[in-house]
Amino acid sequence: MKSSVITFPGSNCDRDMDVALKKFGFNNKMVWHDDNELPKSDLVVLPGGFSYGDYLRCGSMASKSKIMQSVINFAKSGGLVMGICNGFQILVETGLVPGVLLRNKYLEFICKNVFVKLDNKENTYFKNLNKDILEFHIAHNEGNYFCTKDQLKEIKDNNQIAIYYCNKEGKIEDQYNPNGSIKNIAGIFNKEKNVLGMMPHPERMIDQSLSGEDGSIFFKNLINNIK
Amino acid sequence: MKVSAIITLKKDVLDPQGKVIHQALDGMGFENISEVRQGKYFEIDVNENDPNKAKAVVEEMCKKLLANLVIENFKIIETQ
Repeated sequence: MKSSVITFPGSNCDRDMDVALKKFGFNNKMVWHDDNELPKSDLVVLPGGFSYGDYLRCGSMASKSKIMQSVINFAKSGGLVMGICNGFQILVETGLVPGVLLRNKYLEFICKNVFVKLDNKENTYFKNLNKDILEFHIAHNEGNYFCTKDQLKEIKDNNQIAIYYCNKEGKIEDQYNPNGSIKNIAGIFNKEKNVLGMMPHPERMIDQSLSGEDGSIFFKNLINNIK
Repeated sequence: MKVSAIITLKKDVLDPQGKVIHQALDGMGFENISEVRQGKYFEIDVNENDPNKAKAVVEEMCKKLLANLVIENFKIIETQ
């Protein structure tokens, strides 16, 4: 299985993602933002970081970079595109997934482990996953998911909510919402479910001695689903 | 021709920075404030002498990059 991780100026989770993808069997290539064409890929990942120093709005400059036209075409033809953290911010700026990510409600950079609950397993990312609640890591300043009332109705009607912030038992309540996101939303899909944007970092949970193994569960399942 | 664009958050969008600034102003003794909203201001020097054409170019910039229309409104002002 072939994957590509795009490196933008200011990306800083690109190498972590490369390590994670390779660990679980992907033949991964790093792709520079200024390239025109994506290599042949089964999965494209927009990694976390601070692309273009978060100038203007997080992800806005990266969404206009050269490689993105190729990524957008790949997504529109049904290719799997996953945006993590800053990658999620880039995805909303391209319009591939609806909504925006605002500054965290309490104006703090948040760096901690959180639990997320899967809402929908009818997609390549979570199909056959044997857990409904996963522990992932978040590290962001702008993760406060927001969309208009009409958009919220549309994403609910189309089952586009991928994961919610919750507690260990899977309770989705305001007190377990770290950043003020509408309805505790931590990640969403496009309508077709081939594009996934999420704030949590599964690539940081692939080693028991460092953090935890829920990322391993996610990546192992993902590669099996793509095969 | 210089054209300016002001980007403001839409009414329903929470502006935590504006809130904190409001609180700080309140603490400094500026108590007669009902709300503070923070926005962005751009000054763009367009190589164009026709004011309508210059404004149209900046409007396109606002729609495509400078503003995110999900959460922001923009207003264009011709400066000189």
